[in-house]
Amino acid sequence: MLFWMIVKVAFKSLRANKLRSVLAMLGIIIGVAAVIAMLAIGTGAKQQVLDRLSAMGTNLLFVRPSPRGTAGVISGTQLNLTEDDARAILAKVDHVHALSPAVGRNYQVKYLDQNTNTQVQGTTPTYLAIRDFQIDSGKMFTDFDVDRWNRVAVLGSVTASNLFGFSDPVGQTIKINGINFTVVGVLQSKGDQGWNNPDDQVIIPYTVDMHILMGVDFLREIDVQCDAGSDLDAVQSDIYSLTRQRHRIQRGAPDDIMIMNQGEFIAAFSATATTFTVLLATVGGISLLVGGIGIMNIMLVTVTERTREIGIRKAIGAREFDILSQFLIEAMLMSGVGGLTGMGLGIGAAWVVGQYSPFPTIVRFYSIVMALVFSAAVGIFFGFYPATRAAKLDPIEALRYE
Amino acid sequence: MIRAEHLIKTYVLGGQEVHALDDVSVTIQQGEMVAIRGPSGSGKSTLMNILGCLDRADSGRYFIAGQNVSGLSKNALAEIRNRRIGFIFQNFNLLPRMNALENVELPLHYAGRRDAAHVARKSLDVVGLGDRWHHEPNQLSGGQRQRVAVARALVTDPAILLCDEPTGSLDSKTGEEILTLFKSLNAQGRTILVVTHDAQVAAHCQREIYLHDGRIAVPPSDAAEERDIGEPVLTSILK
Repeated sequence: MLFWMIVKVAFKSLRANKLRSVLAMLGIIIGVAAVIAMLAIGTGAKQQVLDRLSAMGTNLLFVRPSPRGTAGVISGTQLNLTEDDARAILAKVDHVHALSPAVGRNYQVKYLDQNTNTQVQGTTPTYLAIRDFQIDSGKMFTDFDVDRWNRVAVLGSVTASNLFGFSDPVGQTIKINGINFTVVGVLQSKGDQGWNNPDDQVIIPYTVDMHILMGVDFLREIDVQCDAGSDLDAVQSDIYSLTRQRHRIQRGAPDDIMIMNQGEFIAAFSATATTFTVLLATVGGISLLVGGIGIMNIMLVTVTERTREIGIRKAIGAREFDILSQFLIEAMLMSGVGGLTGMGLGIGAAWVVGQYSPFPTIVRFYSIVMALVFSAAVGIFFGFYPATRAAKLDPIEALRYE
Repeated sequence: MIRAEHLIKTYVLGGQEVHALDDVSVTIQQGEMVAIRGPSGSGKSTLMNILGCLDRADSGRYFIAGQNVSGLSKNALAEIRNRRIGFIFQNFNLLPRMNALENVELPLHYAGRRDAAHVARKSLDVVGLGDRWHHEPNQLSGGQRQRVAVARALVTDPAILLCDEPTGSLDSKTGEEILTLFKSLNAQGRTILVVTHDAQVAAHCQREIYLHDGRIAVPPSDAAEERDIGEPVLTSILK
């Protein structure tokens, strides 16, 4: 009963000094909102990327030339992966289910008067299965097209609509870097992934890309799909020793390729994303701390202002504990109201970001609980000193205070 | 009934010892209405604080309703103030932002009583403000505020009402009304102690304890008192 009385009085005194209370709570509001929104954005982005990566399967290996450089200074990559390397890996390494060599860069792509600058990916038909793409209309080009250097192309859905609008691209002729290609198919949309859009690309046979468009003899990477359930580490070391042999690397010299597997990729990305999220949340947390100091400041002012009230309460029989709990409850109320407001703002901000960004935002229950518990703790922690000062006041001095 | 024996209280002000109370003994019987009077600096505020358990004497013993309260802890003193003593102050000391009823309820809440609202309403009825319970202090006149303060002081049924210059902030007519209220409460058996510098207020009481320089003294004649609280410098020059 006394408790509710105190809560009521605390509410009234917060209302009596609206501007001051809001300013004092602002730090907490911003802090909690920031923590919740940041965690929601971080979690959402991470979740989506992880889903995409896992959808590709966890039995993928990416073989790339290792970065060239000395003493940690990276200066481009070595040019050493060839078509023959790819064929050798497929033929000689156990448990390799499929692979797709990849080469490519950005080119100007034109259809009539429409043109767009997009990633042109030279690869083989296995690329679709390995990268989890589906054909929406038309068909994928074939190994025959690859062998014959046929100038055929499969468009990503975004590229297709950029160039063709609503009309059907299949059978039409586009120009890539001024060279004619026949469109044979369009890919199903996968949705934007944030940093690169898999729907905005053109897929052509890698032989055409290498020899006609780019004029190079080297691959950018070889994506290797292993048999389901096979030992990736074993496959990985087999590929290393095979390429060492093929590239005639001296015993003791470093590898000239590097292999990343999907699991490592997921783990590395996950760790980076977590670090980033924690970093953002920490910034929010610091703002919470500053907000707590703001509340302590206001509570100290309040205690001074209400010295006389404290004297009166003591005269009519309030014990130190009664005064302590009163001011503690006020501080907690302030940080609590601030925390709830911040929670609303944070969830709102997360929702808005989710609407206007390519990835969803996920507000996890634990982040709300954490932010609220933390803000209540801030209220107790920073309310304690002012409340103790109030409780320890001498009743006579307090009554005399003007 | 309250009894204080050989109270001594000394302050140190600017390195100098000031004897606020110098061996003061006071006994007030149940149902008495007594004034404590004296010029400023006479120690009457100090005595009032000690009798009200807001302060502790350096030495001496103090009993309220037979209970020795000297040497009690701060929390125990808070409980004594809550249950045994009703305070009435010169400037009412009601809490702002709380209505009359909530103000009167407050001591009961600190006592942990569950019937607070009911008892507080009855107490407001006693002072004739039963119909104003929902007013906040700033919506009430000075006299009404002091009545709310009286209701608050009475609500825990204390052994004694301690009134510190209860009419000091009121005009003379309202002041009279408050004193009349005190007298009627006293007639119902309340023990009342009025601290004042005003001889006219003291005259309403059954007897008076006069303090001078921290000691109980014989009240001076009116002329001497004029000189005491009037303009001492001017009078001494005129002499």
